Amino acid sequence: MTINKGEFVFLVGPSGSGKSSFLRLILREERPNDGRILVAGNDLARLTNWKVPALRRKIGCVFQDFRLLPNKTVFENVAFALDVIGKPRRFTRRVVPEVLDLVGLEGKHDRMPDELSGGEQQRVAMARAFVNRPMILLADEPTGNIDPATSIGIMKVLDRINRTGTTVVMATHDAAIVDSMRKRVIELEYGKVVRDQNRGVYGQNYQ
Amino acid sequence: MRSNFVFSEIWIGLRRNLTMTVALIVVVAISLSLLGTGLLFVKQVDATRTYWQGQAEVSVYLCYTESANPSCHGAVTPQQTAALESRLKAMPQVAEVTSVTQAQAWALYKQAFTNNQSYISTLKETDMPPSLEIKTHNAGSDDSVVVSEMTGAQGVDSVIDEMSILAKFYSLLNGLRNAVVIVALILVVAAILLVANTIRLSAFNRRRETGIMRLVGASNFYIQLPFLLEGVIAGLLGWVLAVALLIGVKSLLLNNLQQYFNYNVGLSATDLVEVIVLAMVIGVALCGITSFLTLRRYLRV
Repeated sequence: MTINKGEFVFLVGPSGSGKSSFLRLILREERPNDGRILVAGNDLARLTNWKVPALRRKIGCVFQDFRLLPNKTVFENVAFALDVIGKPRRFTRRVVPEVLDLVGLEGKHDRMPDELSGGEQQRVAMARAFVNRPMILLADEPTGNIDPATSIGIMKVLDRINRTGTTVVMATHDAAIVDSMRKRVIELEYGKVVRDQNRGVYGQNYQ
Repeated sequence: MRSNFVFSEIWIGLRRNLTMTVALIVVVAISLSLLGTGLLFVKQVDATRTYWQGQAEVSVYLCYTESANPSCHGAVTPQQTAALESRLKAMPQVAEVTSVTQAQAWALYKQAFTNNQSYISTLKETDMPPSLEIKTHNAGSDDSVVVSEMTGAQGVDSVIDEMSILAKFYSLLNGLRNAVVIVALILVVAAILLVANTIRLSAFNRRRETGIMRLVGASNFYIQLPFLLEGVIAGLLGWVLAVALLIGVKSLLLNNLQQYFNYNVGLSATDLVEVIVLAMVIGVALCGITSFLTLRRYLRV
């Protein structure tokens, strides 16, 4: 199965079907028992441990539980992703405000995560995932902890990110969102791909 | 790599675990200073040994006018002295015989106790016994032969086997050294365990940050470096304390030893510096290696 550059893919399926494992395999957090995985041209099986960080810089991640650092401001949280890969301060000071604008958080640079709503925290997470302009953005149930109305805002950001050319793979239970966006849908069941449909819906079985 | 970032992470790490870091520093300080003290003892023994190599091994004190020994009938005569000397020279065990007259003995005594005028003022030249200073070929076995040969001979007041006195002194110092080193090694084990625990705790406390660092693609080295340096810096601080303690040991303990000897067996500044540098190498290596091994186990990369 191939996902091409710039695609937007929904990964759907019941709990335990392997959606999170799919994403973890792409990140090289897990190793497959057999088969080949190629990410951005890299054969993951051939990748030595010390080359893995370079791979992960090309991939951004967003999670259901946001995973922000509670003791850092919004700006610092996003800047953290640049600091730890050694980007200079000048670069960070220029780029972080840009990406915070992209996700719709201008003016909230100095807020702490516990002062933000769920939707805003997820936007910070997306800003952090996107700040280094990765090739691929993985999202593991990003709207899981967010109400339906705010979820729309989150999806708009993801769409914006996708339109810059970033490949997006999103695992989700959110039927409404999948149905409204009509992107490629890959359905997993017990670890196997049972459906791969362009402009798909969440599924006939799950109403 | 941004050094500011690394240093701020290290500082945060040290502060969060302050109590453990302090405990670590203290244990490293004590173990390094005990190890260093053991080393200083070894050097001290060597210094005294070197001095004594040049001295006589058996001293035969001859009768003089004030002799307390009842078998002495007045001062030793030149013939008796000559007879004793030739008898000694004939013995295969004897390498060298030096005769020391009363006048020479007095001069040596005054020189030895120049720092203690009270010892000099209470005595005079005629209180000094003349002696025959003997060096043997093989101190271990020959000395006792010479001692038994000379004891009770005509004109002999007393025979002192210097080496047996020294042997006691060496064994005392060695015993002290061994005790110190054993305690030091126990503390070194404690230090290793403490470093491992501190690093492990530190890594656990910062798992959120390290998790994100991994996700975002920070290199393994960059993730581990702050923790490694935490361990090394704590070790270095412990070493600084140890240096202060070692300087104390040298100036208070060992320099006071000097007063029991009337020649210079003091350790030089170079000796102390050697021990200090060795302590630093051991301290840094200990902390660094333990930190590294602990990180491999507890920090997922």
